[in-house]
Amino acid sequence: MAELMDYDEVLARFDPTLGLEVHVELNTATKMFCACDNSPGGEPNTKVCPVCLGLPGSLPVVNGRAVESAIRIGLALGCSIAPWSRFARKNYFYPDMTKDFQTSQYDEPICFDGHVDLLVDGQTYGIEIERVHMEEDAGKLTHAGASGRIQDADYSLVDYNRAGTPLMEIVTKPIGGLGAHTPDVGRAYLAHLRDLMVALGVSDARMEAGNLRCDVNISLAPKGATELGKRTETKNVNSLRAVEDALRYEIRRQGALLSAGGSVTQETRHWNEQGWTSPGRSKEQAEDYRYFPEPDLVPVAPSAAWIEELRATLPEPPAQRRARLQTQWGFTDLEMRDVVGTSGSLDLIDATVGAGASASSARKWWLGELARRANETDAELADLPITPAQVARVQALVDAGTLTDKLARSVFEGVLAGEGDPDAVVASRGLAVVSDDGALGEAVDAVIAAQPDVADKIRAGKVQAAGALIGAVMKAMRGQADAARVRELILERLA
Amino acid sequence: MALSTEEVARLAGLARITVSAEELATIAPQLDIVLDAVASVSEVANADVTPMTHALPLTNVFRDDVVRPGLTREQALAMAPAVEEDRFRVPRILGEEA
Repeated sequence: MAELMDYDEVLARFDPTLGLEVHVELNTATKMFCACDNSPGGEPNTKVCPVCLGLPGSLPVVNGRAVESAIRIGLALGCSIAPWSRFARKNYFYPDMTKDFQTSQYDEPICFDGHVDLLVDGQTYGIEIERVHMEEDAGKLTHAGASGRIQDADYSLVDYNRAGTPLMEIVTKPIGGLGAHTPDVGRAYLAHLRDLMVALGVSDARMEAGNLRCDVNISLAPKGATELGKRTETKNVNSLRAVEDALRYEIRRQGALLSAGGSVTQETRHWNEQGWTSPGRSKEQAEDYRYFPEPDLVPVAPSAAWIEELRATLPEPPAQRRARLQTQWGFTDLEMRDVVGTSGSLDLIDATVGAGASASSARKWWLGELARRANETDAELADLPITPAQVARVQALVDAGTLTDKLARSVFEGVLAGEGDPDAVVASRGLAVVSDDGALGEAVDAVIAAQPDVADKIRAGKVQAAGALIGAVMKAMRGQADAARVRELILERLA
Repeated sequence: MALSTEEVARLAGLARITVSAEELATIAPQLDIVLDAVASVSEVANADVTPMTHALPLTNVFRDDVVRPGLTREQALAMAPAVEEDRFRVPRILGEEA
């Protein structure tokens, strides 16, 4: 493991410059250049055709929907959309791409010169976007051998189902001046992109599934220097946390190297989940890929009218939406931070409010009982088998006095266990609060008869003694009674 | 333009083409002539000539996003020199660390 320098010490002597390249897999029905099924997974090599297998004589045709998605992503990132853009071949030899080139874009990307403002801990940071370009994903390699590592593999196996999946590459300009906040801003940027892709509906944007992948470039220059230092590019950074950790690690590693009078090797590095980076292959020069215009595809020339049509389909920007909802819901900053910090909860609460629940009750259930159950099974909130409408229905039953909070939790348990919708669970589990005064009255009478001494105290004016009787009635009713109503009935009888 | 044999050797390496020293000595001056010929075109091209991006006067040829059946796995793998676990088996990948 490499020598590391204290983080604050590095920042006292060096200015970091950050650059992020993010690849986003689109969730279109078909692949970028052929009509193969683009849904993830599947049995190996069952979603392939002559185009994505690179068979001689096959010809690609661009997926119009993918171009639409690329333009919408560009617009949402404040980019200019190129009135004229073309594809290029990026030549390399690797078995994950049968054609021996990746169809990509080079000098004429579809979107360029964007800008994103990020709010991190109350401070706004501007991120300049260099470009967004369209390309295709590669196949998946499995390395055969004892360790599964490429270094000691005897051979590799390839599944081309993913080859040709539409891939958008989003590249920032070098971002300097962030100092010690570099890792937080890097993380916030990636979180912003993830939320944006989901809001646009163009990608599932699940980092753990590889829908959103990040390459992290970082360099250090002595404070006040005008020239940027040598940078490293770290790959395999596949979670928000990893972006932050990888940046912090590289800053400390490069700081130690430079402080000891050494130099940073410009190279690709690999992030290991255990918390460190290791050298990969040394960075190839751009011209090594021998890019040239793709002769099999004609240029993309979006008209101004089409671009404006797509602009009109843009959702409310995530940051703006969060601010609007916070005001609408009357949440404190702290309450809102919990919502934003729990993946998927903002949309779920919004939908639950839309289905008629109050914002505070929607927040209470999603971040409380339901988050707890999601955690237990290591699931995302959105993956729980319960809908916002069902949560709103449970809350409506609580509001109507049919359920107590305790009974509501039991209803959630039933819905999550697949016992049907809330009303069905209430009926089948017999969970409703007993509001029938006849049944309640009988229970109250029985308890009074069983505890005459307590009853006498209450008759004598010691109202606080009623607690013991209320508890006994609730127990007799197995919790399915409204405690306030029980208290009323007891006091009526012992007045 | 003088293309060195080292440059040609590097290009050959990138293209995974084996070229002998004698071949290099022949190819380098030949490529030079090709490059000069292309360069003379750019001398004629003034600012009023728009660079041609494509041989066809077409733009925006798009396909609808509708799935169509491709090859079956059997068809796809029939062409593979080696198959294992329904995947294409390829030789060990050298000179790379992932």
